Amino acid sequence: MTNILLCGVGGQGTVLASKLIAFAAMERGDSVRTSETIGMSQRGGCVVSHVRAGKDIDSPMLPKGSADIIIAFEPAEAVRNISYLRKGGTVIVNKKAVKPVTASLTGSSYDGSEALAYLEQNVSRLRILDGDDICEKCGSTKVLNIALLAAAAKTGELGMTVDELKNAIVKRIPRKFHELNLKAVELA
Amino acid sequence: MSERFLMGNEAIALGAVHAGVNVVSGYPGTPSTEILETVAKNNKDGSVYVEWSVNEKAALEVAAGAAYSGARALVTMKQVGLNVASDPLMSLAYVGVKGGMVIVSADDPGPISSQTEQDTRHFAQFAKLPVFDPSSPEEAYEMIQDAFECSERYGTPVLFRPTTRVCHGCASVNVKDSFEPHKPEGFVKDTMRWVIFPRTSYLNHCKIEKRDPVLGDEFSGYRFNTVTGSGRIGIATHGISYAYTNDALKDCGSAYKLFKVSTPNPFPERLALGFLDGLDEVVCIEELDPVIERALTYVCGKHHLNVKIRGKLDGTVQPAGENTVESVRDVLSEYLDLKYEQADFPHPPELPVRPPVLCAGCPHRGSFYAVKQAVKGRKAVFSGDIGCYTLGNAQPLDMVDTCLCMGADVTIAQGIHRVEPDTLNFSFIGDSTFFASGITGVVNAVYNQTDIILIVLDNSTTAMTGHQPHPGTGITMMGEVSTRVSIEKILNAVGCSYVKTVDPLDLAAAQAAVKEAADMKGVRAIIMKSPCIAVTKPQQTYTVDADKCINCKKCIRELGCPAIVLTGGKTTIEPGLCFGCGVCAQVCPVKAINN
Repeated sequence: MTNILLCGVGGQGTVLASKLIAFAAMERGDSVRTSETIGMSQRGGCVVSHVRAGKDIDSPMLPKGSADIIIAFEPAEAVRNISYLRKGGTVIVNKKAVKPVTASLTGSSYDGSEALAYLEQNVSRLRILDGDDICEKCGSTKVLNIALLAAAAKTGELGMTVDELKNAIVKRIPRKFHELNLKAVELA
Repeated sequence: MSERFLMGNEAIALGAVHAGVNVVSGYPGTPSTEILETVAKNNKDGSVYVEWSVNEKAALEVAAGAAYSGARALVTMKQVGLNVASDPLMSLAYVGVKGGMVIVSADDPGPISSQTEQDTRHFAQFAKLPVFDPSSPEEAYEMIQDAFECSERYGTPVLFRPTTRVCHGCASVNVKDSFEPHKPEGFVKDTMRWVIFPRTSYLNHCKIEKRDPVLGDEFSGYRFNTVTGSGRIGIATHGISYAYTNDALKDCGSAYKLFKVSTPNPFPERLALGFLDGLDEVVCIEELDPVIERALTYVCGKHHLNVKIRGKLDGTVQPAGENTVESVRDVLSEYLDLKYEQADFPHPPELPVRPPVLCAGCPHRGSFYAVKQAVKGRKAVFSGDIGCYTLGNAQPLDMVDTCLCMGADVTIAQGIHRVEPDTLNFSFIGDSTFFASGITGVVNAVYNQTDIILIVLDNSTTAMTGHQPHPGTGITMMGEVSTRVSIEKILNAVGCSYVKTVDPLDLAAAQAAVKEAADMKGVRAIIMKSPCIAVTKPQQTYTVDADKCINCKKCIRELGCPAIVLTGGKTTIEPGLCFGCGVCAQVCPVKAINN
């Protein structure tokens, strides 16, 4: 069984990413369970998707300390969910911090650097991805989720190969967005 | 059969469709909303009648009428909606149905997005109704079909109680490729059957008490109620906790028996006795109320069994909140040899808090701000309600002083007025909530000559639950356009002393209306009408003119709009977030914000 945790901030595209992983797993003949955040937290709040693929899956939510890989769309969200990572697990994290929507009001000086430093100190298998650079090269902020998925696939820890990801993109995303997303896969 | 990747709510909907459901009604509420929406999406030929009713009571009665006529009917709601529907439900339990009728009431342990942690299994005991409790989307798909069959065979409405993690979890589910449509017989007049009278209620009560042990015995053989394993320690569980328990017990080094209860009412006593046989102790792993724990305690007492029943009642399990694999592990590791690895990470640095806020461009921000400014310096209480606008309670708006349940803003304000007649009592209600349960409160205020100011936040949708239509939108779930019910006409018709519709994005006009209303007596109503940003197109965005801006931060301090940010100490507007509502431009004292 592969345990995957995707986390980020509402609106970053975690749900589509978890659906693509699930699709690829089902194409392989595996069972899948996922669990998403739905409701109030979508409005600028923290979002988490749990994905479990393989055989004999019970809980749709990962137990703490069991994630083979955490795909974090934002540095602080990676740290917030770090207790889900298993010993020796992998973290793919997007470099850019998303300030909380209340930052200007509360005077929060959060910029993600402390969170990234924490990850560098405590996670041996860490890849910090400059997702925004890839988005810029592709000309769309919407490819962040695909870029992160591709980076995760390339570690070999996702249970989904790069080819399986490309197949999922072609089969599950509207045609006009194929080229864009396939480019993001190459750049990641 | 074909395999599909479905959310629990989608599985419930397809299960109902594949059971030949004819009529589906409901009221939106997390975590139940997607069930009715999925039926509507899979209803291209219009063979199923689907409606969002004005509230859960109306929904249940519509479904009951359909079931009286032999149709298979489904009603969907969240757990607190069942409270609204409880009046017809309690009586319907006595009257019964002809066509199968299933009431889905989705519970929300945590609670994640609800007012209470009430347990529909308890409600089923109270109402004397059978209840099904699925543990996964796959099971929910099968079980809802069983629920229809059970309902029709026993002529009783049946409750179906998933919880959030089943509703919103997704799984690969095997679904039927075709199904038999159900053909309703039609309504057959029968006074003794369909008209509730004290005498018939007595007879029906007797029948229910006779039926329950029979049904409980049948449930002892139900395929989703299971007893597995052996040993002297037992675990009794249900729903999503069954999945957590199985996960926690992976590679368990000791022997145990596991009892899964999918039909807690009527309780499968015969199966429970088989489970209890030879046990020293039972640990009950439940969410919400200790329903199984009490039932097993009762069975042990009734049959003089010397088995210790542990759970919430003796403090073995936490009394409130969700279970998790870890919480179940923590409890069971006291009784069994569990093997698991725990990662050990050092304490993380302080992380940013991300509370939910009103969206950039949300018209409610303008409404709250206009009222706040208009009554500045006067004694005022702001009673709020359930919806996105509950978020008006956050700083810096701070405009929600009370929130209880759907529709209570109007009536709580009346009660406060009786104690504090000199206070301006405002009540804030959304458009969908107004239709759901606000109107009776307004009539109460007019009839009893109460001084309140009602603010209807009309954003032309049911925003919080994902933008469902309602009577004011004129769109139905059958894709038809019906008459839009006018909130303004209703308020005029019931006799409000002042009714005015204003655009809350025009702060001067909105404030003027509030000031005018505040100086009058009686029930004054202002409809703040502007669509939710999710159902309308963005306007031209605004920018801060850095030369004019004096950096007083008034826009940030008073509005709390997520699009207004500080960049290098300077006030700026995020173009990607700004929706062009223009409220900040009206607040700026030096006219530095322009589009």
